[in-house]
Amino acid sequence: MSELKLNPYFGQYGGMFVPQLLVPALKQLEQAFVDALQDPAFDAEFQQLLTEYAGRPTPLTLCRNLSPNPLVKIYMKREDLLHGGAHKTNQVLGQALLTKRMGKKEVIAETGAGQHGVATALACALLGLKCRIYMGAKDIDRQQPNVFRMKLMGATVIPVTAGSGTLKDAVNEAMRDWSASYATSHYMLGTAAGPHPFPTIVREFQKMIGEEAKQQILKAEGKLPDAVIACVGGGSNAIGIFADFIKEEGVRLIGVEPGGKGINTHQHGAALSTGSYGILHGAYTAIMQTTDGQIEESYSVSAGLDYPAVGPQHTHLQQTGRAEYVAVNDDEALAAFQHLAMAEGIIPALESSHALAHALKMAKDATEPMVLLVNLSGRGDKDLSHVHSILAEQAAEQTANKTAEGAH
Amino acid sequence: MQRYQQMFSRLKAEQRGAFVPFVTVGDPGPELSFDIIKTLIDGGADALELGIPFSDPIADGPTIQNANIRAMAAGVTPAISFEIIRKIRAYNADIPIGLLLYSNLVMARGLDNFYSQAAAAGVDSVLIADVPLHESKMFRQAAMAHDIAPIFIVPPNVDDDDLRAIASYGRGYTYLLSRAGVTGTETQAAMPTAELIARIRAYNPAPPLLGFGISTPAHVKDAIANGAAGAICGSAIVKILEQNLQQPDKLLSELKSFIQQMKAAS
Repeated sequence: MSELKLNPYFGQYGGMFVPQLLVPALKQLEQAFVDALQDPAFDAEFQQLLTEYAGRPTPLTLCRNLSPNPLVKIYMKREDLLHGGAHKTNQVLGQALLTKRMGKKEVIAETGAGQHGVATALACALLGLKCRIYMGAKDIDRQQPNVFRMKLMGATVIPVTAGSGTLKDAVNEAMRDWSASYATSHYMLGTAAGPHPFPTIVREFQKMIGEEAKQQILKAEGKLPDAVIACVGGGSNAIGIFADFIKEEGVRLIGVEPGGKGINTHQHGAALSTGSYGILHGAYTAIMQTTDGQIEESYSVSAGLDYPAVGPQHTHLQQTGRAEYVAVNDDEALAAFQHLAMAEGIIPALESSHALAHALKMAKDATEPMVLLVNLSGRGDKDLSHVHSILAEQAAEQTANKTAEGAH
Repeated sequence: MQRYQQMFSRLKAEQRGAFVPFVTVGDPGPELSFDIIKTLIDGGADALELGIPFSDPIADGPTIQNANIRAMAAGVTPAISFEIIRKIRAYNADIPIGLLLYSNLVMARGLDNFYSQAAAAGVDSVLIADVPLHESKMFRQAAMAHDIAPIFIVPPNVDDDDLRAIASYGRGYTYLLSRAGVTGTETQAAMPTAELIARIRAYNPAPPLLGFGISTPAHVKDAIANGAAGAICGSAIVKILEQNLQQPDKLLSELKSFIQQMKAAS
């Protein structure tokens, strides 16, 4: 069979660990991607969609009130203002154009919180593709508004009951579907993870986030930021904002993983923080697993970060020391969510709130002037009812505690 | 891995094909699983294909996914799986035993360690469902170092370069896919034509066994008539387990009669 055109590995991480049956489909995708990058007509159409349909470039906002330290300026890259409500829209437009280029008329996708599902549905509606989206049965219950959005835009949403009924199982099911339907369907993977060439394709179709932000911050500050901070589930928004800064060695790159209830509790989604490596969904990378190699279920208050692995390029960036990865737990993310709403009048996605929470920690500790660039990867509309019920529960607990104290 | 050669020479002399049943080790629990595998042998299986339970079996349809879930729920680990296989090997010294599993179970134990434990348990071949040919180097080298046959899959869309490589790296047998998709009887086997099997055999790979969607004696018969060296049947067998979980005696007697019918067609 023909050789691969691109390197499937980032250092020793990545690769293409899939059933033999899927190799021709991945090679066809790689070929289409390589050809598209050399085709000015492809780029022109992609740029036109990004500008006129999705609303790029997105603004860069200097926070007026958020920073707890006058020495620290916090800038936010406003992917929350993109059509669809998150950075996810960027790369699905690119992959939808690739789908058409390959002559395929159907799209398969997986979704956790529903953000990638919504993005896939909108791109397919726009470009006349038929799409079916696998979603864990538990996630369907938790994310009804997004399920309705997908259906409104013509997508078929297929519940997945196998396993834990969440994102990991939805990916399994999408891959099973694809192994029977690759001749007519494209698998539109939603993050910078999975088998080659997905991590590379998703990075290339998300890297405009960092390219724009770099120009914007240079214009505003006359210099590069001290650190770029982004949340990491699979890692697409983070690799999107990091990519153009990797060569700028003076800029710290910081990925923020979901610490859930604490990384010592097993109830988290911080694959890189566990220091354990293996193969999940086609790539050798940091994963959450038992000593026998069974994949563990992840947990996070934010469904978009609730995934037990991370894209292989992030694992490589961690191993080479070029990027740092930290974990922020649920409570810290919830606090940052409320803080940004109060301070700036912006309700962030719970995912992006993890990145903000870490920026706030850095700002508090700073003793010299510092410029931080945070990727505000999505807006929080989808999280309103979830956060509302968590806050209501917390308030009820506090009242109960007070009553109990009063009784003594 | 010499057991495969011995099996194929015996079958050649008999002018018959191989019938190879698959079950997940430890399904539905360690003890009954041993009796189930023993029944496969007693019913006339020529070789065994055994799955090690895994949390995320992406190449499997619902029937075998559920077998994985049942075995894991019964606490079956790779160590317990090897334990059961060791007992099977003690029960029958000659039958070829193949493992079919996912790469992370191999990675987690360390390649050398994994293949050494498999060899010690009496395993003859290992097929890793999510390792394609071009990622297989370290796995097949570790396998050969422990005298275990690395098994490769020939999908219906195979090209000549891959056939050449499979012929050169594969040992034991070659796993010929009847169709695209995942394991299961939801989609029936599509018989490869005699021309396709002849084209594959022209490269002289290890003898091809046809799998995916094989659920009736007629499938076995057709596979062999079209030039395959035998057939592998998994989901149809696991369904017999699934339907009789509460009645082990009925399970074993139905299983034995199904295996006998399938073997008779080979």
